[in-house]
Amino acid sequence: MIAFSVNEKRVDLDADPSTPLLWVIREYLGLTGTKYGCGMAQCGACTVHMNGEAVRSCVTPVSRAAGKEVTTIEGLSPDLSNPLQLAWLQEDVPQCGYCQSGQLMSAAVLLREKPNPSDEDIDEAMTGNICRCGTYPRIRRAIHRAAEMAAKGGLR
Amino acid sequence: MIRRKISLGSSAGMERRNFLKASVMASGGLLIGFRFAGAAALASAETSPTSFMANAFVRIGTDERVTVIVNHSEMGQGVYTSLPMLLAEELDADWSKVGFEPAPVDAKYNHPAFGMQITGGSSSVWSGLEQFRQAGAAARAMLVAAAAQQWNVDPASCRTESGAVFNGSNGKLTYGRLAEAAARLTPPAQLQLKDPKTYKLVGKPIQRLDTPEKLNGKAVFGIDVKLPGMLTAVIARPPIFGAKLKSFDDSRARSMPGIRTIVAIPAGVAVIAETFWQAKVARDALRVEWDEGSMHDFDTTKMMQDFRERAKSPGTSVRKDGDATAALETAAKKIEAVYEVPYLSHLMMEPLNCVVDLRSDSCEVWTGSQFQTVDRANAAKAAGLPNEKVQLHTTFLGGGFGRRANPQSDFVVEAVYVAKAAGTPVKVIWTREDDMQGGWYRPAFLHAIEGGIDASGNPVSWRSRLVGQSIMAGTPFAAMMMKGKAYDPASVEGVDDLPYAIPNVTVESHQAEVNVPVQWLRSVGHSHTAFAVECFVDELAGLAQKDPYQFRRGLLQKQPRHLGVLDLAAQKAGWGKPLAKGMGRGIAVHFAFGSYSAHVVEVSVAEGKVRVHRMVCAIDCGEYVNPGIIAAQTESGAIFGASAALFQELTFAKGRLQQTNFNTFPVMRINECPEIETYIVGNKEKAGGIGEPGVPCAAPAIANAIYAVTGKRIRRLPIRMTEAV
Repeated sequence: MIAFSVNEKRVDLDADPSTPLLWVIREYLGLTGTKYGCGMAQCGACTVHMNGEAVRSCVTPVSRAAGKEVTTIEGLSPDLSNPLQLAWLQEDVPQCGYCQSGQLMSAAVLLREKPNPSDEDIDEAMTGNICRCGTYPRIRRAIHRAAEMAAKGGLR
Repeated sequence: MIRRKISLGSSAGMERRNFLKASVMASGGLLIGFRFAGAAALASAETSPTSFMANAFVRIGTDERVTVIVNHSEMGQGVYTSLPMLLAEELDADWSKVGFEPAPVDAKYNHPAFGMQITGGSSSVWSGLEQFRQAGAAARAMLVAAAAQQWNVDPASCRTESGAVFNGSNGKLTYGRLAEAAARLTPPAQLQLKDPKTYKLVGKPIQRLDTPEKLNGKAVFGIDVKLPGMLTAVIARPPIFGAKLKSFDDSRARSMPGIRTIVAIPAGVAVIAETFWQAKVARDALRVEWDEGSMHDFDTTKMMQDFRERAKSPGTSVRKDGDATAALETAAKKIEAVYEVPYLSHLMMEPLNCVVDLRSDSCEVWTGSQFQTVDRANAAKAAGLPNEKVQLHTTFLGGGFGRRANPQSDFVVEAVYVAKAAGTPVKVIWTREDDMQGGWYRPAFLHAIEGGIDASGNPVSWRSRLVGQSIMAGTPFAAMMMKGKAYDPASVEGVDDLPYAIPNVTVESHQAEVNVPVQWLRSVGHSHTAFAVECFVDELAGLAQKDPYQFRRGLLQKQPRHLGVLDLAAQKAGWGKPLAKGMGRGIAVHFAFGSYSAHVVEVSVAEGKVRVHRMVCAIDCGEYVNPGIIAAQTESGAIFGASAALFQELTFAKGRLQQTNFNTFPVMRINECPEIETYIVGNKEKAGGIGEPGVPCAAPAIANAIYAVTGKRIRRLPIRMTEAV
């Protein structure tokens, strides 16, 4: 039995400990906002937070989550009130939308660590998240906009 | 409000009896507890006791919700917003109450021009323009008639605004309050459409309706669909195209946890398990023997050598103006170049997947389809059921780029076979490697061009010869798409209509027979013809010692819309102004899918590495609906084209594809992404496409910029400075 929390809810899981956290989140917990894209930490679609750090859940065995707090896109904010979600809305970032959960989760860690990120900071933090639709220019704008909003209202 | 009268009977290919059918319907629940629609549509289905189905495209609830039923798939290009905008415009709906719902498969949702339910060819907006406007206008007329009846006034004395009908001192009646009465009325025989000058929504950068649910994990893509009792399958697929299953040993796999069934199907060996990961691990533990077949020694290097040989002889004539060969002989100067592009994978972020619930007398399919009519027919055939017993539910598509419009419905048909074996609902998921190695690529092409100029530097001759596979040959659509031609128009589109004023032009096509499955990929033939044509025009400009922009201008004097985007991009980019040392500027212009596009690109090259710094894009897509979406699609196309130009190549050795995942078939990342500016030429020309036209110019503009800074020509993609000449 592996015990951890997902979006502040306790999970006791009876599963093969080598199962990637991604598939536990999607198939056992039914939280399908976290996406499968590559299975080898190349694309970032599966990005979640584990004890506040961005991890690629497709290559993270669920055993590594034991005793930890996992946050998925569903836990970022239930009502789109996170400044990143607001900024993504205002910049109309998503196209197909498939990668955007991972983009937002990576950006959330960036903004926590660097509340006023430079373009270089954005490059560094977001390089692991591929968007095939090419929403990068809008992602960049939205991160700057979220940083401004957070500076005014405080990041949740 | 100025309205123009049009007759419904004249609408493009639409059957009136299908189009205008009004009924009071109890709002059925959506699919098995899943949200397949926008927030507004969901609320409508859940809370509205009755609703007014004015016609196939719009439902108005007594709670004021307006649900637009969209017959094109949302794969990022914005149709779940732009098509509802057209309908809401004519309806005078309250935009905050408008939602969307994917259309079921039905002939009334067929593409007006293609006669099938399909999303492709950058055609959703131009083909839906009249359809959605008329649907909105028809619903509006019925609501107005209902209000007029209640007030006992002439309908002509009523006006509509923001979801309500108004009539002087009678005040207003909202659409929700009129819904039930309107549903009992007969649809109007004649409709009045708005004068575009009075548009309130169309033409404005309205935010997309599907954004909120794409920011909190709620949007349902095919891979997210879950049914009660559903199992998940992963398939061991042939390692070589055309290889046949000889035998398999599942002694290890079948005892693994969660494994229910392991079975041979036409696509390979399906491993059906309780979860994806169980199925994937067991699939990888199978020992499968394949009869490798005729492609066992297929090699792309050798194939391109063959293409090069073939280009030395004349091909099937595509276009012949004057005598290009004779004009070459008398030209003052001449030049030849051979351009090569590789196979490409669509590489949607969401790998292929399909959910099937097969019963003895019915079948339901959930998938991100671009090709509903064909997918349903192929599913029905595989299931042994008549078409009408098969329902196909279109989910959000995590990217499409053409791959999810497969003539054989490969990813749907195999899932039906898996469902037969499973005896339960089943979801087939392709791993990224399965998806990349599964074929249906943009075909590799070789394009040899010879050209000549006269003593004044004016081009007098152009001879193009293309060698590559047809995407149409052998498909059920060959007859329709090839239109009796001896060549595949999709192979030569973008060079067959060479717009430059050159008196002698020859275009010839060689159709290569290679057993690699190929298919349309975003911008199709234009994805390679624009590269060759726009690079070669630059080479001719160099031969004539003329500025590449001015050289093009001189040859496009009779092409005002080419000229329009070319000038706009050049002006906005500051063409001719000095650049920092080590930087070069390149230009390209191209017509595709009814729209005109030009790019000016700035690059630097250091230690063999190309860096794209800035892309200035001008687009003329005629009459448009949502400039925000046009800008997004233009950026998207530029990045898609630049990704292919800089990084992407599929190669085969000993029959096996050498690339497997994003690490070997890279996509542009944010740190590599240039500044992109988009400028829209506003005009009232016939609406063109926007999903694809932004792609073709990227590669040639980058290649031409590399020449500007290094003096070296790029003739093969992806760009490698070691191969520059």
